[in-house]
Amino acid sequence: MVATGAAPVIELDELSLAFGGLKALTELDLVVGDREIVSVIGPNGAGKTTVFNVITGVYEPTAGAVRFLGESIGGLAPHQVTRKGIARTFQSLRLFLNMSVIENVMAATYGNTKAMPWESILRLPRARREEREVRRLAEEVLSFFGQRLAGYRWEQPAYSLSYANRRRLEIARALATRPKLLLLDEPAAGMNPNETHEVTELIGRLRNELGLAILVIEHDMHVVEGISDRVIALDHGVKVTEGPFEQVATHPAVVESYLGRDPEALVEAEAPPSGAAGHS
Amino acid sequence: MTAEPESPDVSVEQKQDPSIGVDEWVARQTGRREYAPGPRGDIQRRFERVGWWPKLAVAGAFGAIVPLLLTNDFQVQVGINALLLALLALGLNISVGWAGLLDLGYIAFYGFGAYGFALLSSSQLNPPTGIHFAAHVSLPIIAVAAACLGLIVGLPSRRLIGDYLAILTLFFGEAFVEFTNNVAPSKLGGPNGITSIDPIRAFGHQIVTNKGYFYFLLILLVLSAAALHLLDTSRTGRAWRAVREDPLAAGMMTIPVNRVKLMAFSFGAVVAALAGTVFAAQQVNVFPTDFDTPYLILIYAALILGGAGSIGGAILGGLLLSVMLDGFLRSPTEAGYLFYGVILLTLIVKMRPWRKLVAVLAATAVFGIVVHTIVETISKTAVAGGPQSTGWIADALHNWVVVPSNPTTAGNIGFVVLLCLCIALVQVKGRSRTILLVPTLYLAACVWEGVLVAQPSITRQILVGAILIVMMNARPQGLLGSRRVEVV
Repeated sequence: MVATGAAPVIELDELSLAFGGLKALTELDLVVGDREIVSVIGPNGAGKTTVFNVITGVYEPTAGAVRFLGESIGGLAPHQVTRKGIARTFQSLRLFLNMSVIENVMAATYGNTKAMPWESILRLPRARREEREVRRLAEEVLSFFGQRLAGYRWEQPAYSLSYANRRRLEIARALATRPKLLLLDEPAAGMNPNETHEVTELIGRLRNELGLAILVIEHDMHVVEGISDRVIALDHGVKVTEGPFEQVATHPAVVESYLGRDPEALVEAEAPPSGAAGHS
Repeated sequence: MTAEPESPDVSVEQKQDPSIGVDEWVARQTGRREYAPGPRGDIQRRFERVGWWPKLAVAGAFGAIVPLLLTNDFQVQVGINALLLALLALGLNISVGWAGLLDLGYIAFYGFGAYGFALLSSSQLNPPTGIHFAAHVSLPIIAVAAACLGLIVGLPSRRLIGDYLAILTLFFGEAFVEFTNNVAPSKLGGPNGITSIDPIRAFGHQIVTNKGYFYFLLILLVLSAAALHLLDTSRTGRAWRAVREDPLAAGMMTIPVNRVKLMAFSFGAVVAALAGTVFAAQQVNVFPTDFDTPYLILIYAALILGGAGSIGGAILGGLLLSVMLDGFLRSPTEAGYLFYGVILLTLIVKMRPWRKLVAVLAATAVFGIVVHTIVETISKTAVAGGPQSTGWIADALHNWVVVPSNPTTAGNIGFVVLLCLCIALVQVKGRSRTILLVPTLYLAACVWEGVLVAQPSITRQILVGAILIVMMNARPQGLLGSRRVEVV
């Protein structure tokens, strides 16, 4: 499914993370290939966001490896990981609320610019050039969202944006780091059906137009169905199953972890042919 | 000219997809809240449209005229103190206002600059000739050393946030005072400080008059403000503010959070140290007590009053607070203007409708006359003191306030009662508050005329505190600061 000849964009190899005795992730294997969209689903507390936190360097894995384009990135600080080409958004929005919309995006280019403070103070050529490039990049990234983040909003503070637009701005900010892999943490949470549909289209465009590999955490099954090349189901830090959407969504263990153990539902769910059933 | 920048916006707005009305509404709502209605809002908008550089130029030019209007050396000294406080607030703004680091050791950088200049420009080291570097040599040395010191202080604190950082840096600030007091008295002078420091001297010229120092400080302030504005609008400034807003998200957006924090410490240290050099050169002496916590609190008060996060705010706050403390509040008459002025202004702003305001003022006047008459019939000595202040206010209040011939004890009791009344005033609501306001106002006037006027050193602190409280209620973001939103 994944394999082209080159190294996958991100590869988690038997990754484990424990906080003392609490096992947050247990021997998790996860691969996202080039231009692939993979969704991670699972009930609350399954360890989905923890996967993101391990990839981006917030937590250091207890065991196992994280490889980005074939290179190990375990133990790097978040800003170093991001500079390699991994960007993320947050489930609970974490914008720079009291900065303007365009400044939010421009701030994310820090790692890819080099002007020292004194160059900025004296406005030396390199600082000027970088500032121009950063501005152009920010405008380009914001234009990706069309009228939603249109020009007249750029100078407004981020807190004046609506909830849905804040989610868009988070994606725009992540894009400004020039990523190869984008981690989206519940991009459709709190959106109305119309906006949810838009998010589905947007994620497709991110892959098709920008050529990104995308790992998405999402609860909305319509979104998951609409975007995913592959779905991974997590529960209690363990991978329950992995495969195309239809297969994962009807997997008895997935149904059970979402709906609870109901004998009749289990019997019904076991009806379609689906590999290993009945473990748990 | 004025209409032009708006027209394209309007056309864009009209072309908008109608489904995105919510944002529009929020944005307009914010606009409505930020601008006052009517002509005041127009002035606000027009003021905001003026660029940053013209504003700095006008402020600098205005500052350059000031010494020409000052008549005596005391006034020039007040001006110098004000510029120093403004410069210090400007430096503090970097770590507190931009990077969001509660740095309570800031005052030590100021002391470091002053002591550094003192050692390099006096006979303290290497006697009897001493070291007498010119300013163009010593200032860069001090600036670089201060930057390094900022890094060293920042290193252990870079992983700490909030309260922990405050405690650690406070320790550093206190350590500086202890250090200069106790270590190597033959070099640092101990409590006697360092005396006979050279004036600032560079390229064969030297600053001899206080007006010279005023202009030197003014130039330093304008240059620092310009440099910091350029820095604020660059990648470094954005990184600082991003770290203040959300350190975790900033890290995820390629910003090396710890290094950016260290830079904030370092830049603040350089500004403070430069202020310290001028202080040392102008004062001729430096003592450990010049760099103790009370002055640090004053710098914080200046920054908060002006508006943390804003360059103009830091400068304005520093100037206002310093001029208020050193200038106006030293003389009883002017302090009286400020006292009664603040009370009246607060009443005018807060009391609606105006009929109620007039009623309260009239009731206070009548109340005073009645109380004065009653007290006078009981005991003549109880009103024998009369107002302690001078000038027309005292004449006007002579037969109104009750001040005994020996006002200290009665005044102190009155002061405590006044505090209780103020607290009660906050607790009660509605009509009882309006009624309670009358004796409170009267008692405030009595206490002022009885004891407070006679003790300016205490009074000015109380007044500044009161002004800060009023300010914080009316404009939590400070005079020129912009409103901060935590979570919406």
